[in-house]
Amino acid sequence: MTPKPFLQLSAIALGLWLGTVRGAAANGTEQGSVLIPAGFYEPLIRSPKDLAKKPVAAFWLDEQPITNGQFLAFVRAHPRWQRSHISRLFADSSYLEHWTSDLNPGTQAPLNVPVVRISWFAARAYARWVGRRLPTTAEWELAAAAGYTRPDGKNDEVLQHDLYAWLARPVPPIQSTVTTARRNLHGARGLHGFVWEWVDDFNTALVTGESRADSGLERDRFCGAGSLGAKDSSDYAAFMRQALRASLQANNTTTSLGFRCAQDFSPLDPYSPR
Amino acid sequence: MKNPRPLTALAVVALVLAAAFTTVLVANAATSPADAKGPVVLPPELASMPIEQAMLTSPPHVPPAIKRQYAARMVVNLEVREVVAKLADGVEYTFWTFGGSVPGSFIRIREGDVVEFHLNNHPSSKLPHNIDLHAVTGPGGGAASTFTAPGHSSQFTFQALNPGLYVYHCATAPVPMHIGNGMYGLILVEPKEGLPIVDKEYYVMQGEFYTTGKYGEEGLQSFDMAKAIDERPPYIVFNGAVGSLVGDKAITAKVGEQVRIFFGVGGPNITSSFHIIGEIFDKVYPEAGLSLPNRNVQTTLVPSGGATMVEFKVDVPGTFILVDHSLTRAFNKGALGMLKVTGPEDRVIYSGKEIDAIYLGAQAEAGSNSAKREAELKTQIAAAMSSNPTIAGLTKEMQIEKGKQVYMGLCFACHQPDGKGLPMAFPPLAGSDYLLADRGRAVRTVLKGLTGPVTVNGVTLNSVMPPQEAVLTDAQIADVLTYVYNSWGNHGEAFTSAKVKAIRAEIH
Repeated sequence: MTPKPFLQLSAIALGLWLGTVRGAAANGTEQGSVLIPAGFYEPLIRSPKDLAKKPVAAFWLDEQPITNGQFLAFVRAHPRWQRSHISRLFADSSYLEHWTSDLNPGTQAPLNVPVVRISWFAARAYARWVGRRLPTTAEWELAAAAGYTRPDGKNDEVLQHDLYAWLARPVPPIQSTVTTARRNLHGARGLHGFVWEWVDDFNTALVTGESRADSGLERDRFCGAGSLGAKDSSDYAAFMRQALRASLQANNTTTSLGFRCAQDFSPLDPYSPR
Repeated sequence: MKNPRPLTALAVVALVLAAAFTTVLVANAATSPADAKGPVVLPPELASMPIEQAMLTSPPHVPPAIKRQYAARMVVNLEVREVVAKLADGVEYTFWTFGGSVPGSFIRIREGDVVEFHLNNHPSSKLPHNIDLHAVTGPGGGAASTFTAPGHSSQFTFQALNPGLYVYHCATAPVPMHIGNGMYGLILVEPKEGLPIVDKEYYVMQGEFYTTGKYGEEGLQSFDMAKAIDERPPYIVFNGAVGSLVGDKAITAKVGEQVRIFFGVGGPNITSSFHIIGEIFDKVYPEAGLSLPNRNVQTTLVPSGGATMVEFKVDVPGTFILVDHSLTRAFNKGALGMLKVTGPEDRVIYSGKEIDAIYLGAQAEAGSNSAKREAELKTQIAAAMSSNPTIAGLTKEMQIEKGKQVYMGLCFACHQPDGKGLPMAFPPLAGSDYLLADRGRAVRTVLKGLTGPVTVNGVTLNSVMPPQEAVLTDAQIADVLTYVYNSWGNHGEAFTSAKVKAIRAEIH
């Protein structure tokens, strides 16, 4: 076969396959996605060996965090992720604690608000079920770096105000819906001001002294090493996100930690996922 | 970077502070949750120590003195909780607390104790927290081993090697924010021999709050990192709120009692000049080093992240005000507390106001009448002098003499000592028709000078006389003109400096 028709057929096949996956997950888990353009992520803390600017390819990001309703559809389809069935390896004893029962989120967990008290394992399982994945730290931070009206969120005063006001408030007993939250420049809602969000590589967020190749000293562990690599100490919300990620284990859950999914952007199928 | 300059400045400033704190975070990553090493296996002599649950108290109270004469294993359960509470009237704040209070629970142990420390982060917390106790010898003061996610608990063990009064605080990045939200407290490691018995012990800590709103601005306030970095707090308070030790919340004592205050500064930034108005510290343990007290101290300096222990006997009743003696902090930002002492008065030590009388100023009435009479007499003398021809003449003679000195020091250079001037160059003053015709013009000429053609005694000259307004005073001009008008055959009345002054003002 000549290349061109082969590519066309492959594209169609890919589209069909993706469509099938999407169809299977379509019951109650519809989720808008926004395209985050390729860019550079400047890690908050890095060792001298790491790149100062990490290139991030374009990717699809869920417009909003996954809700109780969407997660309910998942645990219905996969009972071993229900609260009373799940192994402690995959979630600690607070997993979905605020739900009334295994299949009833109840009054503390309205269907249209972000799901919290889910572990990294559970978030990944959901993402796989809908044919997606968790975003990486670099991808999430790249998406979250944008302001409401400008690409540099750090200079967007309204965004900064919203973010720090949220940090100053205690965790509410019932989360708020993100559906009506303001979109940022890329179209994503609620990256700041609602829940913390799991990322795929949460536990590689900090240098741990692995990179001893430079010299006999554990350079990255020494006083100052972490901060000498800190990109911008004034972005202290980033420090707090970093601190939270570093404090977690994969089976942990907290009252203010949720997630959203991501998907690779494929030039062959530029309109997926929808 | 997009905005290098402000960020660079900020980064440079914040870098140093972030340095010490992020290292904790860096170290944390290596030693936190996944790296728990399991309970320490104590050697037999320590394993056989009795086990006690540490009693924790909320400020301003402290646990009772330790009476045991031996070291023990103390179990401390300290909970971290983020609570919304009052910072000032109408002002709320989300405090991050150890034990639900600011400052956090007071921990009291003994030198040599082995402490099994549990840090429990309440599930409702938004953030992870840890603890650095200055009483701990070990990495991060415990911070490296207590980094705890919400809904989790960390345990570590330390031995209290040194006696003293120590600050503890959260050390999670950004550390100044965690401390600025109230995460500090005191731990007392009593020396082996114990502390001397006193009647009352109290716990007070000073700290700042960096709110986005101004002092007193109502509502739920947020933390303002820019103000924290610039060290410009709207609030500097004792025990976590304005008025926390005021009125019915004052600490109390009775006349004759010995009072001890454990006073610390959580910061995050500001040191304190701790003073109690109306009392003197009989003993001060500077920087809370418990071996050698200073005696009879009025105000003691307490570093940020440090403490002091003060002891004094209260001798008379009244309300004694605790302050940071950097006084706008006390009166405008909230660093003010009260110690209310009740009991019998001792008027020899302090009598209170004895007499209230009238006071009239520097003189008795008779004296001020005399001053008025003196002023009247002075006026009469002046009038008499100017109207008496002899005296008036004498004063004119005096002016002539003084004016001659001015003339012979300045004017003679052109107009010559004999007043005849220089032919074809400078006009004469002796018998000058131009001079004598107009007294006002004479004053103006001396002040402003004269240029251009001028006809004197029929002779026209054209030269320059420089102005003297900046060189001669009004009195000197009056004197020199009086001299000129009364010399070399000239006759005229004296010039007064008042007249010169008036003309100077006119033509200024």
